[in-house]
Amino acid sequence: MPDEPAVLEMRHVTKRFPGIVANDDVSFDLKAGEVHALLGENGAGKSTLMNCLYGLYTPDEGEILIHGEKVELGSPRASIDKGVGMVHQHFMLIPVMTVAENIVLAVEPRHAGILMDEGAAESRVREISEQFGLAVDPHAKVEDITVGQQQRVEILKALYRGAEILVLDEPTAVLTPQEAHELFGIVRSLTEQGKSIIFISHKLNEVLEIADRITVLRRGKLIETIGTEGATEDTLARLMVGRDVLLRVEKSAGSPAEPLIRVEGLSVRDDRGLEKVRDVSFEVRAGEIVAIAGVDGNGQTELIDALTGLMAVENGRVEVDGRDVTRANAHRHFQAGLGHIPEDRQRRGLVLDFSIAENLSLHDYRSPPDSRYGWLFPRQLLRRAARLIQEFDVRGGGPRTRAGGLSGGNQQKVILAREIDRDPRVLIAAQPTRGLDVGAIEFVHRRLIAERDEGRAILLVSLELEEVLSLADRILVMYEGAIVGEFPPTASEEELGIAMTGGGRNKGVAA
Amino acid sequence: MRAPEPDPGPGGEEAPEATGFVERYSLAQQASGLLAPVLTAVIAFLLGGLVIVVSTGKAPWGVYREIFKGAGFDWFFPWVDQATRDSAAFNLQQTLITTTALILTGLAVAFAFKCGLFNIGGQGQYLGGAIVAVIIGWQFSGMTPFLHVTLTLVLGTLAGALLAGIAGFLKATRGTHEVISTIMINWIVIWTGVFLFTLEGPLQNASTGSPISHDVSDGAKLPVFWGDPLLQGLHIGFFIAIGALVTYWMILNRTTLGYGVRAVGFNPEASRYGGISVARNYFLAMFIAGSFAGIAGAIDILGWQYRISTGDILISNLGFVGIAVALLGRNSAVGVFLGALLFGALLTGTSTRNLDPETFPPELASNLTVIIQGMVVLFVGADVLVLWLLRKLRLSRSAAA
Repeated sequence: MPDEPAVLEMRHVTKRFPGIVANDDVSFDLKAGEVHALLGENGAGKSTLMNCLYGLYTPDEGEILIHGEKVELGSPRASIDKGVGMVHQHFMLIPVMTVAENIVLAVEPRHAGILMDEGAAESRVREISEQFGLAVDPHAKVEDITVGQQQRVEILKALYRGAEILVLDEPTAVLTPQEAHELFGIVRSLTEQGKSIIFISHKLNEVLEIADRITVLRRGKLIETIGTEGATEDTLARLMVGRDVLLRVEKSAGSPAEPLIRVEGLSVRDDRGLEKVRDVSFEVRAGEIVAIAGVDGNGQTELIDALTGLMAVENGRVEVDGRDVTRANAHRHFQAGLGHIPEDRQRRGLVLDFSIAENLSLHDYRSPPDSRYGWLFPRQLLRRAARLIQEFDVRGGGPRTRAGGLSGGNQQKVILAREIDRDPRVLIAAQPTRGLDVGAIEFVHRRLIAERDEGRAILLVSLELEEVLSLADRILVMYEGAIVGEFPPTASEEELGIAMTGGGRNKGVAA
Repeated sequence: MRAPEPDPGPGGEEAPEATGFVERYSLAQQASGLLAPVLTAVIAFLLGGLVIVVSTGKAPWGVYREIFKGAGFDWFFPWVDQATRDSAAFNLQQTLITTTALILTGLAVAFAFKCGLFNIGGQGQYLGGAIVAVIIGWQFSGMTPFLHVTLTLVLGTLAGALLAGIAGFLKATRGTHEVISTIMINWIVIWTGVFLFTLEGPLQNASTGSPISHDVSDGAKLPVFWGDPLLQGLHIGFFIAIGALVTYWMILNRTTLGYGVRAVGFNPEASRYGGISVARNYFLAMFIAGSFAGIAGAIDILGWQYRISTGDILISNLGFVGIAVALLGRNSAVGVFLGALLFGALLTGTSTRNLDPETFPPELASNLTVIIQGMVVLFVGADVLVLWLLRKLRLSRSAAA
């Protein structure tokens, strides 16, 4: 569609922040009725570019043209007036208000300019939602509808304000596969009616599925804009990361030795007294990765908490490297030789307001050489941090940088560095790649396999079947708090899927 | 060393994209550093000036000039004559005496803040320290002065620490909210104090016929190093407060205790994961916070008050002003010092003693301090507003360029 006029042109946009160039001479254009994907890793500058378009940032250099006319976008309001609509990754809805109220918020139709005209609001909302095939109930309260529907409300909100250009920021990150599929249908019907869409993502397959053209950003620079035809996941991954990426991990056969963590008849109740983990027994041997697969909420979180001393054990026994740690607290577990990469790296894995150096010493600050008689030696902390930052290739800051200022992938590297550097016998990795982009996922996967080959016992808990299948030497499936089956890594996704939904209960439990 | 293969990994010199509002806000806060608190204070003064104009019709700069003089800051000017300098010296001593107490009560709030706790009980802890000090300073009159002073200060400190420690203990074991418990403890201390020294009270100085305590013995009084000891000169408690600022910084940044306190303050969940006891740190943080307020009370008794009356107990508010000091000072040692100096100067400069009715309407005297104090607290809460203003200014400047 080279003849189509561009509805949006961003020319040579540069945006600098103290110490970094977030967008370096990036040009981008969008044609009428087109889906143009913006692809890049976390921190590549996608959001910065879009925030320039949405008036949240002012570009230091470059210009923005909408319908061929140069515009100054000093605020979101100005952007909205120019027909730009943005659906943020985190929704900006008011939960206690109805769908219709949320959509018309701030631009309500009014009676005599004072009271909100609810009837008009609802009929207008209904009209738009029918026009674009976005089914929602205008009367429903936002807190009562699903995430997928909330996203539709966001899209409707933008359309209601007259958006011609719609920016969808990582729209599938919060959706189930089914909802994502429906979203793609909506996107198609929008473009058929002449809307133009910028689709931000770092997921290769969905970009290939939905986009007409793809612009790849890397480290703030424009790498290339290509048509979707002829592009493959491999070519996109290379453009994104700047080198060949192994989308599938390569690993040799493991050589498991003696068991390092042994769990016998473990049961755990949550604080409401519900049994979340039921009579779970397994062991992980040195040089082996055992994965626990399962649908979210089947007791995986509680199992990890119990294994790491963060939750009381009701019944059973946990041994790490021959030491009974069933009733020990978290600190004792670490001392016994357990490393733990927690599920939620921002809430639990890191103190975001601490420096990288302080975070790296979270387990060790109480003993020499970090401290003696209660006196802390900051220089020792900084020295360790400098070494680990290099060894684990943490980017985006030095030892004194606030951990919260790092990208997700680099935050995970800090955690990995901290846990692995303590030379644990057993490493528990809970969802270690959640929310990371391809390059970072590859790094974490390779590191886990390298640690397995070092002779550690690794327990991987993951919701991603692909990850489980590519990393594990053995797979345990957890369903409703119990382990319902053991599978080899050659098992098919279907087999696992059936077990994960309770279909494989009669299989023997691993010991 | 388990050397990994070299791996470029993602990112590079990537920009941490500050997409969320909170993130951008905290970045802006770091960037503007001292600017925001200074602006906060300036705005509070400007609005205070407006109040002066509206309520009295007088020019605010005259009033502020009067406060400046009343606080003794003239003393720093080389051109003033000897008589002015003498009275300025006296006023400055009073300012610094108040600053001493405010540094310590400010630290009592700031230290708890560092652990994520809001210590509203500075007032009760301050009075606890004062009451214990007045008792110990009055008893043991034959003791070696150095020992007597030390003993009194230690016990006064401990009184504040224990009072706050109760709130910390309840928070740690029962989850009782520290705001509630410290407020309750304030009242318990205030009325216990009134009971002790009221007429016919168990510790009242019957020979005076007033609701007041006995005087502390001369040996328990803190030496005065600047000014006339008989005219309330500046005592060495000032250096104790400066030492406390250093101690505060050292504990937080150079000890494992401080690491734990800050970790719990920033993220209790991550602390628990790291094996740090959240409950233990809640208790310790309150205990230490209370000790700052406790020693403040003891220093005021041994430094210049020497006795305490039920009236003193009921109208004293240095513990509460400490909240404004900590808020304005952003819980940093330097910030608390500057905040304490500001409020110390305001309290002294507006005290009726220094009043010149010509430029300084009496009805405004101490009220102005309270107004400014209130505005500071309000504006610190509305930090966002100040930062937003800054951003606007910067934007319009770049647009103009």
